[in-house]
Parts: sequence; C-alpha cells; structure tokens
Amino acid sequence: MHIAIIGNGIAGITAARFIRKLSDHEITVISAETDHFFSRTALMYIYMGHMRYQDTKPYEDWFWSKNRIQLRRARVEKVDFDHKNLHFDNGEPLRYDKLLLATGSQSNKFGWPGQDLQGVSGLYSYQDLENMEAFSKGLNRAVIVGGGLIGIEMAEMFHSRHIPVTLLVREKLYWDNVLPEEESAMVTRHIREHGFDLRLGEELQEIVDDGKGRACAVITKSGERIECGYVGLTAGVSPNVNFLKNSGLDIGRGIKVNDFLETNIPDVYAAGDCVELLNPKPGRRAIEAVWYTGRMAGETAAYNICGKRIPYNPGIWFNSAKFLDIEYQVYGDVPTSSRMPENYENLYWEHPDGKRSIRLLYDKNSGQILGFNLMGVRYRHEVCEKWLRNGTHIEDVLKNLSLANFDPEFYKEYEADVIALYNKQTGKNIQPQQRRELRRALQFLKGG
Amino acid sequence: MASLDPSMSLANPVAHASLNTPQKLGLAIVGVGLLILFVTIFGLTLPHPALWLATALLALTAGTVLYARGAYLHLPEGIKNNRVWFDSLASRGVLGWLSAVILTGFYVLLYWFPAYLGLGAKGEANTGIVALFDPLSLFFKGQPASQWFVYGALYTVAILAMGYKFILKYRHNRYQIIRTISVMFFQLAFAFLLPEFLLRMNLPYNDFKNMWPLNYYFFESWNIQNMTTNGFIGLFMLAFGVGMIFIGSPILTYFYGKRWYCSWVCGCGGLAETAGDPFRHLSDKSLKAWRIERWLIHSVLVFIIIVTIATLYSFFVKNPDKYAVTKEMFIGITAILFIGLAILLYIRPKYVHNLHKNVKIGAALIMLLLVAFTIQAYMSNAKEVFFVDGAQLRKWYAFAIGAAFSGVIGVGFYPLMGSRVWCRFGCPMAAILGIQQRFFSRFRITTNGGQCISCGNCSTYCEMGIDVRAYAQRGQNVVRASCVGCGICAAVCPRGVLRLENSAMDINERTEAVRTIHIAADQVRILD
Repeated sequence: MHIAIIGNGIAGITAARFIRKLSDHEITVISAETDHFFSRTALMYIYMGHMRYQDTKPYEDWFWSKNRIQLRRARVEKVDFDHKNLHFDNGEPLRYDKLLLATGSQSNKFGWPGQDLQGVSGLYSYQDLENMEAFSKGLNRAVIVGGGLIGIEMAEMFHSRHIPVTLLVREKLYWDNVLPEEESAMVTRHIREHGFDLRLGEELQEIVDDGKGRACAVITKSGERIECGYVGLTAGVSPNVNFLKNSGLDIGRGIKVNDFLETNIPDVYAAGDCVELLNPKPGRRAIEAVWYTGRMAGETAAYNICGKRIPYNPGIWFNSAKFLDIEYQVYGDVPTSSRMPENYENLYWEHPDGKRSIRLLYDKNSGQILGFNLMGVRYRHEVCEKWLRNGTHIEDVLKNLSLANFDPEFYKEYEADVIALYNKQTGKNIQPQQRRELRRALQFLKGG
Repeated sequence: MASLDPSMSLANPVAHASLNTPQKLGLAIVGVGLLILFVTIFGLTLPHPALWLATALLALTAGTVLYARGAYLHLPEGIKNNRVWFDSLASRGVLGWLSAVILTGFYVLLYWFPAYLGLGAKGEANTGIVALFDPLSLFFKGQPASQWFVYGALYTVAILAMGYKFILKYRHNRYQIIRTISVMFFQLAFAFLLPEFLLRMNLPYNDFKNMWPLNYYFFESWNIQNMTTNGFIGLFMLAFGVGMIFIGSPILTYFYGKRWYCSWVCGCGGLAETAGDPFRHLSDKSLKAWRIERWLIHSVLVFIIIVTIATLYSFFVKNPDKYAVTKEMFIGITAILFIGLAILLYIRPKYVHNLHKNVKIGAALIMLLLVAFTIQAYMSNAKEVFFVDGAQLRKWYAFAIGAAFSGVIGVGFYPLMGSRVWCRFGCPMAAILGIQQRFFSRFRITTNGGQCISCGNCSTYCEMGIDVRAYAQRGQNVVRASCVGCGICAAVCPRGVLRLENSAMDINERTEAVRTIHIAADQVRILD
C-alpha cells in the first residue's frame, strides 16, 4: 500500500514515523517548503543567530532513506480524489492508496489595503524567514501587527539585529485574549523593558506603497503614520486549504474530520493545523494550531491509516511559550480574566520582581483543581496532569506543590509563598509536606 | 540565506556587532595585555618584568571584566545567544580560524619548543615571556619561572576572567553561577596556588584534584618515589590519589554523575566552561561523530591502562624489596580488579541492559587480555610486560595524548571543533567516569512530559555534541556516558523541558526507550 502525506511539518512527519513503526507500507512525504523536516518553532532562532537551519532539523538527512520514507519536493496543485492521484507543479503525478493531508496553516490577512505589497509578510514558513532576511539589510523600522505569540517572536527577531520595532496590538494588554490579566500585564511590562515601541489598543488601517510596490509606512486606525520598511502580519493563522476547495472535500474553516481524523472522502485523512474537528472535546476548539496537538494528531492518524482505529484524544490541555526572557507554561483550563466562569477561584502569586508568577485555578464549590498557569517558573507536566485528571482538591495540591517544581537545581522555590498566600486568603493553615525531588515526584506518579 | 556567510567577511568580520563604549574600552585594555605577552613571545625581554607582568595580567583581567559588564549588564537577565552564528570568532569565521592557528601555535611552542618562549637552557637566565613571569614565580617559590609556570598563571587568569564573564552571561541561573564559582575556586586554589605553596615548602608538586588517569604520571616511578620519600604529606598524597580513584570518585559519580568532576572541579573542564563557552555550539552532533568519539576515547583509556600496568610492573621489578607492595601483590590486585569487572559485565545485566553484546564481549576480552599479558610476563620472569619497553610507551603516551591531544588539539581547536574536543574524544578520566555514569549512577537529565518543540537549542549548545533533542522529543531521559552535566541544555531550552536530576528510585529504568507516547499501548491492544 502506498501512503502519500502532503506536508512535512510536525503532523505529517509524526504520522510518517508512526506508519513506519506500525507497518511496511510505502510512504511518500510531499512538501513545497523544504527538502527535509525542520522545527517550525525554531525559525526565530535561525534569524537571531542562535542556530543555523541545519540545526533545526530534528533528524539527520540519512534518517529518511534508512526508514524508507520517500521525500518529494513539489507543490501539490490538484488532488484527484476519484482516481487517487496527486498532480504537482513539477514532475509526474503520484498515485496513492491512502492520503494524509497535513498542510498546516497560513498567516491571516484581513483585507488591509496594501497587505500584498513587498515587505509585508507573516512568519510561518521557511520562505517567510527568507523574506524577512532579504528585507532586513538597512531596515529602518519594522511594524508588527497583532499581539500573539508570533508577534512577539518577530519583534524579538528584529530586535536581535538592532532594528527598531513597533507593535500594534488591538487588545488593551498583550495577549489578554488568552492570558489572565496579571500575566498579560507582566508580558506587557517585559516587552517595554526590552525597549519595544508597544502600542496597545491600536490597529492597522493601511499599509502605504512607496510607489514601487514596496511597503514604506503604515497608517494606524488613530491616523498616525509610522515609517517602516517591513510590516509583519501576525494576527493569527488559519488552515492552509485553499488548493483543496471545490474538490469534493468537506471544508469549513479547515478540513472537516471525525474523531478518527477521517475526512468525508474514503481513504483520505487529515491532521494538524489544517483540520477542523467535527466533534471537539468539551472546552476545546475545533481548530488548534499548536505544535503539540499536531504531533498527537499525526500519531493518531498513523494508527488509523494502518487500520487500528483510535479516536483522536488530545488529553488535558497544555501549552508553553517564551516571551523574550519569560517562560510560560499552562496546564489545564486557564481562561482569560474577562471569560473567567463564576465558579472558578484564582490563587495568583507573583514574585516581587514582576517576572515570575504561579496561578492555580480551582472550583470554588468542590475545591477541585482546574488549571496551572506559570510564568518564569517551570512545573512538571506529568504531575500537574495527574492532579488535573484526578480532580485533586486544591489543598492536597498545595500540600504537595513542590512535587511539580521543575526549576533547575539551586533555584529558589516559591511553593511555600503560594501556600502562605492561600492561607492568608482563606484563613486556613495548610502546611507544605513535600520537597522538590525527583524521587518524591516519581513516587507520586507511580502511586495510584 | 545561505548564500552569504557574514562571519567570513575580511573587511567587516563581525558583521552584526555593535559594541558599546565599555565593550570597546574593555577590548582595548585586553589588547594592551595581549600586546605585552606577544612582544615577549617573540623574544623581547622587557626591563622591569614585574611591572610589565602586573600590567599585562591586570589588563587582561580588567579588560575582560569591563567587556563583560558592557556586554550583559544593560540587558535584562536571560539567554544571550543572539548573533552567535554570525560572529566571526564564534562561528569559524576569519577571527575563529586566526585564533585557532595562534592558540595551536602557542601550544606547539609550549610543549616542544619552550626555548622559543624564552626558557633558559640549564643554568642560564630566562628570556622572553618566561622571564616576564620570573618575578611572580620568585615571589611564590623563590625559583625562576618555567614555561609551565607561565602556562599555569595564564590558564588561571583565563578561567577567572572568563568565569566572571560567564557568570554575568548566566546571572539568572543559580546552577551556572555556583558551578562556575566552583571551577574558578579549584583552578585558583588547587591547581595554581597550592602546588606553588608545596614547592615553596620543599614538598613534591601535587595538584590534588588531578587524578589518574588524567594525571598520567601519577604512577610513574619518579612520582611514587617523590611521594614515598616526603614523610606524612607525601604518603597522604599517595593515599589521597589512590583513594580518589577507587573510592572517592566512584561514590561521587554514583550520587551526582561525572559532572561533580568534569564541570565543577576539573581544570580542563574549567577552561572549557569559561574561556571555551563562546565555542560550545561548534561540537559535532552527528551520529558519526558519536561513533568516532566512542572508539577514540575508549582507545585512549586502554592505552593509558597498558602504559600504567607496564610502568608499575617495571617499578616493582626494579624495586623488589623496597615497598610493602610486591610484584606478586600488584599482579594479584590487577587480576582481581579486571577479572572482577569482566564478570560484573555479565552478572549485573540490569545495569547494562541495553549495552550492545559486541561491546560487552570486547570490553571483557580486553580486560582478560591485560591480565593474561601481565601473568605471562610474570611467569616468564620478563622485565617488561606487553613485550614493549615501558619507558618508550610512556614517552609515546606523553607525546601523543598528554601533549598533542589534550593540549595542542584540546585547546588549540576550541574555535574549530568546540570547547570539549579533548574531554569528549580523548580524556581517559572522562572515559572512566563516563562508564560509571552510564551504568552506576543516579544522574540523568529528565524531560518534561510532552513539552518539547524539537527546536534544537539543547543539542546546538551541548558542548559534548550530544543530540539532546533526540531524547527530549521522545520524552526519554538523557543518560549518556559523555554528559558532563554543565546544565546549559536545560538553561537554553525555551520550553522548560530539561532538568538535571539524581534519584536512586528508578535507577534501572533511567534509559528506558520512550516514556511518553501519546497513545498508550493498552489503548491500541483493546481496539485491535
């Protein structure tokens, strides 16, 4: 059986690897972007000079032939679902028996005047990076539109080359459509500490053409003109499915799939950013363009393609990021301040330096733990997950909180401060019963 | 993007750098210090050497301190790897190649042509750079300097000044700060001051932290005689050295991994972690490099064991009645040790469960052969074991490994192959500690569930060339013989995935293949 995979990102490649583990099927991975799989999340580090492109490839180049995974560098122009054929921009068509669509995302453009000028781009693909590089020489300023994870990455990238950056963010605090207010305020402060020109509550009106088809300035909603040689569009991403429209494939915002990642067409599966789940789990979104869900979906797709039907289950939500120097980890359900449900109680501790915080969310009535939000402190994924899965009571979590601490050795521990804060807020007298130690964490994880 | 390599530009080798005033001033002051050293290397004997020496050492230290403060203090705390791969010095550009040639050249002079550095022939006064260091040497021990004194002093200054820079660079990270203070302390106190003090007291030179087999002359007859003829302190040195090899070091390695030595105490490690830090990303991460590493480092280990057995054998042959230990006892101990180790490979399969069968057989075979050769020599009453002249073998080891590998290549190639070339490919001490770490240690780097994004920062900044990401993205513990526990992978990880840990609880499961697969095995079986 020949399995074709369109897209060599984390979802497509994880699927290819697991199909190889599970079977002897012929596998072809097709990409127009690069010859080999690289870590998209590391694009920023190439630009900043932390790594070279080859350092971002998780597998050495011999890995693919050794594991009999064929790679084809081409752009799929058309999928002939009736005859199970792929048509490319170059070379012979390719016949498949089963097809996995893992085509990823594209940067959002909301119809701004000038959004297709030269020097205007998002940051998603390797080509976007090349484009950024090409425009960086002698660049007077970059304006970045959108206050998410990619926006701040792009700002950090330009900053590393001493190129001034202006950020236009619609929200009143950075990323407060995802983070609770205190954490948003922390990130906002930190961005300004680095000297970025951060404009909150500001939006893009239009991008100005320099007369030669190249961006030379932006005009904001408030009417200000900002001269710049580059405009970064980082207002989110959406599924990259345009070339599949009107092909008989059921597409909404993304490729619609059932619990087994099957599309409406037999033998055609989809996984990763490009997918819109028909039945997302409670509290989860139908489209989740995240590295981790892409990896999990790729693995699930491999099982289903190989005939072992397993529903996609992304488990308990987790994510992480880094805002300049501040690391961020989230486990479980952490809504924004404006969308905080009535029964959610917050225990929020912040270090006096304003760069570290620990937030625990729990149910006001039952005391069940609901979520962890960490800034500048590392927590152990499996420990938090076990507490969340078991619906452990907040006070049991607090007593054992040190089990979750994953900061390096000799780092100061703040769990006692969190417990003291809880005692102060509730008038209780909870005492810490654990220390940060691998043995204790393992005991907890191995116990029932 | 790959079309233009800014680091190879001659006109503007540091393409993206923009130095601030303290950095420029610092570099200028370092330049003055280097200039003084350079003119003396080229044979100039300066008048008032004490003044010039003080100026040079002070300039090197103060200049580096000033540069470091300018480089880091105005920036918020955090990882400082911007533009590393564009930097000419740090990414094998023009400055990198230039400094590799200069460093290598200096080591060649140091080891094989010290006269060119100004070392006076027997009885004659020193000239050049050695003469420059005479005042300091006279101050410490009342004798003029040797080329080794020059080297030791410069080495110490390098670790102290660059250690300060390292601390500022990682000032958000307490593990890095404490570890760096430790290597600075051991270099200054144990490698530099204490041996000088011992010489002044007319006692044998001894660097207590420099153990066999890194210290390859420890069991040579002149050293043993030195230690056994110098009263209590001499005997203490002997007992401490042997005790560290067989008791102290295995116990510490069991609890903490080889990092207690390689990145907290060792002088080679100290230089690599401080002066070598800007080059750590240049190590080769390929599987091929790992294969070469295992062959090379274990070959050096076998080499030094052969040399040492040969040396000790002829020592006991030549001194039959002088010591409480006899030739027979020595052979007995050797036989018990190696046969015991060979048996251990088979009776503790738990600890060696994913060791390749060929490696097991190979290691056992080598150890039994060593014993067989020794017994054969004894039975035939030979003067030499292994049918070779022990003194000749020793000479070859000192030349090829002691000088060429550890010194010339080990440090000279920093700007080309990274800071741990010697530690990774050659050091027999690292080989022994590595074997202990791999099989008898609680140490490992754990990974944080599913949080890895495969970015590659950990692998890139691993000075030992370990592909850390390969483990992290599978949720697997990192248990590698070569890991020196510097902790930089955990520091540069942008998602908080790695942590250095010690625990006996799961000691036999440390190396288990995949810890966190998203789909549990039982889930698959149920639906099958």
